[in-house]
Amino acid sequence: MLTAQNTITWLDKFGDAIEKNKAYLSDLDTPIGDGDHGNNMARGLTAVKAALADKDDADLTTVFKTIAMALISKVGGASGPLYGTAFLEMAKASKAGTTDLPTLLAAALAGIEKRGGAEAGDKTMIDVWTPVLAAVQAGNLTQAVIDDAVESTKPMIAKKGRASYLGERSVGHLDPGAVSSGYLFTALLEVEAN
Amino acid sequence: MSLGIVIVSHVPEIAAGVTTLIKQVAADVSITFAGGTDDNQVGTSMAKISTAFDDNAADELLAFYDLGSAKMNLEMAIEMSDKSVHLYDTALVESAYTAASLLQAGVDLTAVEAQLAPLKIK
Ligand SMILES: Nc1ncnc2c1ncn2[C@@H]1O[C@H](COP(=O)(O)OP(=O)(O)OP(=O)(O)O)[C@@H](O)[C@H]1O
Ligand SMILES: [Mg+2]
Repeated sequence: MLTAQNTITWLDKFGDAIEKNKAYLSDLDTPIGDGDHGNNMARGLTAVKAALADKDDADLTTVFKTIAMALISKVGGASGPLYGTAFLEMAKASKAGTTDLPTLLAAALAGIEKRGGAEAGDKTMIDVWTPVLAAVQAGNLTQAVIDDAVESTKPMIAKKGRASYLGERSVGHLDPGAVSSGYLFTALLEVEAN
Repeated sequence: MSLGIVIVSHVPEIAAGVTTLIKQVAADVSITFAGGTDDNQVGTSMAKISTAFDDNAADELLAFYDLGSAKMNLEMAIEMSDKSVHLYDTALVESAYTAASLLQAGVDLTAVEAQLAPLKIK
């Protein structure tokens, strides 16, 4: 179950992971993209942190919406509208009354798919979100599930985003958005463990 | 109901440059643009796109973009706008030029779209 409080903690941990791995994420984005994913995400998560600073008493919907707006307005790359839409869809689902994690994540993934038009196998963040959602629904999300999902993007040929312009030359590289999504779900596991 | 054009690019100079190019043949068409992120880095900004919609004198818009996130931010700005905005997955320079010259000549939207169709590349 997600609450306003554990969602704030979740994003706090995600922000720390992004900050720590900012250079690595941008390095991953260099051979198959424009080398900005780490900087984009760090800019967005800094804005999230600032926006959540006075939201200690807010409800879950407000927290999701605050996160979404900060990401949409500050990230600057494709990951902004994509992660932003994910949180916006969770805001809508929570407003409709749910706090159930599988239901919220399903709404988020549907939003990412709608926004970017990509599907599983296209070498994007969706290749992490899809198996993670399945594991959450089955009640068995582990770090290994996340790691395998991230790793699965390496042999894929990119069909969406900047990497798609490289075609087969994108093979052999991890997708940067898949790696940052891996951090999002590792942070979620840490929150759930507490 | 008048028709206007909005240009969206990852780079401020590209958005401004395409606008300069097409204004030359469309002096009476309202053309606005959004280029780069809020701090003028390479990227796109939903806020800048919304402003380009608002600043356009027309209430029905044809929007052209370059890559990836430009389309996603355009779609979000469209969802929030009161204006009717048509989004084209066409070659940016050629299709913006086509639309500008046809609108200046008073051609209607259906005919403009027929000429844009073969320029679809994404
Ligand atoms: N259409 C899409 N659907 C799903 N995920 C996508 C799509 N396009 C890009 N991505 C994800 O976004 C990541 C890249 O994010 P980043 O912040 O670097 O944006 P970018 O590609 O540089 O943006 P821009 O489109 O402005 O150039 C990719 O690694 C991929 O996971
Ligand atoms: Mg990038």
